[in-house]
Amino acid sequence: MWPDQIHAELAAASVRFVGYVPDAGHKRLIELCEADKSMRAVVLSTEEEGIGLAAGAWLGGERTVLLMQSSGVGNIVNVLGMVKECRFPLVTIVTMRGEEGEFNPWQVPMGQATRAVLEAMGTVVHRPANAEDIAPAVNAALRLAFHSYASAAVLIPQRAIGIKSFQEQASQ
Amino acid sequence: MSMHRRQVVKRLLENRGELLVVAGLGSTAWDVTAAGDTPLNFPTWGAMGQAAMMGLGLALARPKRRVLVITGDGEMLMGLGSLATIGVQRPGNLAIVVIDNERYGETGMQETHTAAGVDLEGVAKACALTVIDWESVLGQPGPTFAVAKVVPEKIPLVLPPREGALLKARFRRALLGPEADLI
Repeated sequence: MWPDQIHAELAAASVRFVGYVPDAGHKRLIELCEADKSMRAVVLSTEEEGIGLAAGAWLGGERTVLLMQSSGVGNIVNVLGMVKECRFPLVTIVTMRGEEGEFNPWQVPMGQATRAVLEAMGTVVHRPANAEDIAPAVNAALRLAFHSYASAAVLIPQRAIGIKSFQEQASQ
Repeated sequence: MSMHRRQVVKRLLENRGELLVVAGLGSTAWDVTAAGDTPLNFPTWGAMGQAAMMGLGLALARPKRRVLVITGDGEMLMGLGSLATIGVQRPGNLAIVVIDNERYGETGMQETHTAAGVDLEGVAKACALTVIDWESVLGQPGPTFAVAKVVPEKIPLVLPPREGALLKARFRRALLGPEADLI
């Protein structure tokens, strides 16, 4: 399963902190990170806090990855300016909403703007098409971020997450 | 009793030893610089609302080093949720001091919410931080939080380097040594 593969990539890259605002699509990965003694999962009150967390941890020599839903990308726009200006390495793994099959119309505007917003702020966007492409994309994003001091995001397509209704999401 | 901001910050940072400092944008970045620019200061020029979270990240990454966040009331108000997050993580080496002049000092001295009585210490206490007087903030296990009420005043700017990548690199080298460039 792709969440297990992502977790393995984070562990192999010595990621120490995983900042997150939960999303149903990230449920399994959050559980894996919480259970991993080599990582510290930090639940945030808003995604923006994750940028501060990652910047501070990097000043202290540690690597951070952020997990969020596409709506959360809207909450980090201004502080991505610090990431760019300071060349903080950052990996953001985004579960997409507002794409094909969306059941909540309020998710559509931010979901449709997610890629453009990230790119406008200087983040390199990886968008794997299928579930089997997700772990390689995370691997590439980790290397780009921590070897080249870049901001990199991986957008996990809504199709790979496969939740199709409120009822299904609530029963996760 | 209101004090002068530069005196408070100078007192906080005298005999600082190995203290790591994150400063909120604007006046507190100038205050920290006036007390003595050093690579182990990270004065921000943007990312308003994130100073406390940067302190949290740094404190969790380097648990054996004391970390002090010095920020303004306006900057802290923009990141109130971070106090909740810090209250959950409970880093014992993190201290936060808000230099509270009840004004947005860089934009025309407009009043902040604290001028109307919003109680930042009350928020911090409700988030399970240890609220303490500012002079004791580094002497107790963290996370500690203090508000130093200061007079609103226009004083000369003392500017740190502006380039973010430089501020980051010099901080990491000073903290982590030459290895910082290889991590």
